[in-house]
Amino acid sequence: MPKVKSLEELQKLRQQLQGDLRTRAEVSTTITIGMGTCGIAAGAREVMHAVLAELDARGIEAHVTTTGCIGMCSKEPLLDIQQGDEPRITYGNITPAKVPRLIEEHLVQGQVIEEWVVGRVAA
Amino acid sequence: MVEHRADILVSCLHDRCPELIPAFEEELERRGLTGEVTVVEAGCRGLCAMGPVLLIEPDGLFYTHVDPADVPELVEETLIKGRVVERLTYKEPETHRSVCRYEDIPFYTKQQRIVLRHCGLIDPASIDEYIAVGGYQALGQALTSMTPEEVIEEVKASGLRGRGGAGFPTGRKWEAGRKARGEPKYVLVNGDEGDPNCFMDRALMEADPHSILEGMIIAAYAVGAHRGFIYIPYEHAGSVRSMKNALEQAREYGLVGEDILGSGFDFDAEIRLGAHSFVGGESTALMHAVEGHVSEPRPKHVHTTDSGVWDKPSCLNNVKTLSIVPEIITRGAGWFACIGTETSKGTQVFSLAGKINNVGLAEVPMGITVRELVYDVGGGIPKGREFKALQIGGPSGGFLPPSLLDMPMDYETLADAGSMMGTGGVVVLDDRTCVVDTARYFLDFLRDESCGKCTSCREGIRRMLEIMTRITKGQGQMADLEMLETLGQVVKKVSLCGLGKTAPNPVLSTLRYFRDEYVAHIEDKSCPAGTCKALIQYYILPEACTGCTLCLRKCPQNAISGAKKEVHVIDQTLCIKCGVCYDVCRFDAVAVR
Repeated sequence: MPKVKSLEELQKLRQQLQGDLRTRAEVSTTITIGMGTCGIAAGAREVMHAVLAELDARGIEAHVTTTGCIGMCSKEPLLDIQQGDEPRITYGNITPAKVPRLIEEHLVQGQVIEEWVVGRVAA
Repeated sequence: MVEHRADILVSCLHDRCPELIPAFEEELERRGLTGEVTVVEAGCRGLCAMGPVLLIEPDGLFYTHVDPADVPELVEETLIKGRVVERLTYKEPETHRSVCRYEDIPFYTKQQRIVLRHCGLIDPASIDEYIAVGGYQALGQALTSMTPEEVIEEVKASGLRGRGGAGFPTGRKWEAGRKARGEPKYVLVNGDEGDPNCFMDRALMEADPHSILEGMIIAAYAVGAHRGFIYIPYEHAGSVRSMKNALEQAREYGLVGEDILGSGFDFDAEIRLGAHSFVGGESTALMHAVEGHVSEPRPKHVHTTDSGVWDKPSCLNNVKTLSIVPEIITRGAGWFACIGTETSKGTQVFSLAGKINNVGLAEVPMGITVRELVYDVGGGIPKGREFKALQIGGPSGGFLPPSLLDMPMDYETLADAGSMMGTGGVVVLDDRTCVVDTARYFLDFLRDESCGKCTSCREGIRRMLEIMTRITKGQGQMADLEMLETLGQVVKKVSLCGLGKTAPNPVLSTLRYFRDEYVAHIEDKSCPAGTCKALIQYYILPEACTGCTLCLRKCPQNAISGAKKEVHVIDQTLCIKCGVCYDVCRFDAVAVR
C-alpha cells in the first residue's frame, strides 16, 4: 500500500473503498427477489445473479435482498423494486434475459415496464 | 464471479464462540454462496447478555444467542430463502414480542451512538473499512485547514469533557498542554479501564481502534506533540492486539509518521503495556507506569500537562474522549453542544450490569433520567421485580434511591446526589439485593485496589470494611454509623488521588438514602432484602408447599426432606442459605425471615 500523501488522496481512496461497504450503507433503491422454493425452482437465483452482475457493470448503487414466498407462485420469479417513497413495484416471470432491460428502463430511465408488472404496493 | 450482496456481521466472539465464523464460512461454501455473502468479524454491539449476536445486511436482521449449530438454518432460511428465523430474533423482555430488525429494537432506538458509532458495523481490523465510512477525514481537515489553536477552540466550544471519569474540559486541557513550556511534549491515551463492571473502553478499542488513533493524532497536533503513548493493561489482550494492528496499518498508510497527509506534521506513537489495576488509570499513576515505574499516584500541585512523563508536558485523554474528537471536527462544535445538558455535553456510554434485562453497553445523551436508563434502554428489571437502587460511577460511585428515578443524570447532578458519573459503570439493584452488603462488597474491592501510599485510604477503607462486615453479620452497633460517616469524610478529604477521594461513596450514599436498612441490620438483626446470610433463614410455608420436590432436587446440600406431594422441610443445620430453593419454587412456598 503506497502512503496516502494528501487529503485529496485520502478522499479518493475513500470513494474507491465505499463500494465494498455498499450493503451496509443507506441507499434509496432496494431490489427484492422472491426466494421461496417456488421462486428458486423457477430460476430466482439465476435472476438474482443477473441483477447483481448488471448493477455492478453499470455501477448502480442498490441493495439486493431476498424474501420468502408471497403466494403468487405461478408468476415466479418475482422481483420487487422499491425506490425512495415511490410505490413498490412487483414484476413477474422475470428471467435473466429480461434483467438488462429492467435495470435500464426502471432504474436508469425511471420508467416502469407496465407489461411485466403484476403488483404495486404504496410505500 | 458472483457479485457480493450481503454481509453477516458477527459480534461478541472472543473466547465465547470463536468457531462461529468458520462455521459460517464452511456453510456458505457448501451452499455455493462464497463471494455472494461475506462474513465480517465485527466488534461489540452492546447487547452483551445476548451474545453472540449477528446483523445481516442489507436487510438489517438481528439475531441473538447464535450457536454454530444454528448456522445451517440461518444460511438456508435467511440468506437463501429470505425468511426470518423467528426463534433467534430479539425478544422484548416484558412482552416477549419478537423484533427482527436491528433498527426497531428499543435498546438501540433509545440510544444516540457517537463514541460507539462504528462498533459492530465495521471490521475493526481493516483500516480500509474505517476510511470507507469517513475515517481520517477529520484528521485531514484539522491538519490542512485548521491551526492547532483553531482545533483547541473547536473542542472548547463543543463543551467536551473527559470521559475517563473526572469530566475535566478537554479543550482546556489541550490549551494548557499547548501553552506548557518544555520539549518534547507527549500525548497519552488512557486505555486502562479499572472498574470491575465496566468494559466500554475495551469494547471501543476492540471495535473501533482507528477512531481513537485519529483523535490521538488530532490531540497531538493541537498540543504540539510529536510522540505519544497508548497505555493498555496487558491483560486486555484483545485491546492490545486491536490497537497494535491499527497503529501498524496507519503507519503503513502514512497516517502516522512523517509529514502526515503532506501537512508537514510528524507524529508517531507506541503502545505501552501495564499491569491491570484500579488505580492504574489515575493520570499520574499511569505516567509512572509509562516510565516503567510502579503505578502509584503523586500529588498534583503541578499538572501533568506541565510536567508528566519524564517531567515533560504530557496530555492524557481517555479512549472515549479521543474517539469523539473526529466527530466534533467533522460535524462541528455546535452539533455536539446541542446534545446533552447545560454543563455536560454530548453522550455517555453506560455499562449496564446487575439486575437489569439488557446487560451491556448503551450510549445515550447526557441528562437521561435514571428511569429512562433502567426501563427504556435497559429493558427493566428481570422477573418484574422492584427497583431498589442504581449504583453509578464504578466501584466508588454512590447509590441512587427510587426517589431519584426521575433525576436527569449529568456530572453535576450526580455529584450533588452523592455519586458521580465516573466512567459510566452502572449496577442496578432490585428488592432482593441488600444495599449494605453491596456497599461492603465494593469497599472490599477498593481495599484490595488501594495502592497503600496514603494512610487515610490504606487504613481508613480497611477500618470501614471491618465495621461494614460486622453490620452484615448482625454484630453492629448504632454508634458504628457515626463512625462510618466520620471515617468516610476523613478518607475523602485526606487521600491524594481519586481512588481515596471517592472510595467512601458507596457507604456514605447508602447511609444517606438507605439508613433504615442499616438500622434493621443493627437493631432488628434482620436483612430486609433477605440476603445477608448471618441474618436470615429460609423456610417452607406448609400451606403453600405442593410437595413437587423441585427444591429438594435442586438443593446442593441435600438439606430439604419430604416425600412427593407432601410438605417439605429445610434442615437449618445443613442449609448454607444459597437461596436456590427460593429461586426455583413455582408456588412462592419458600420464604425468608
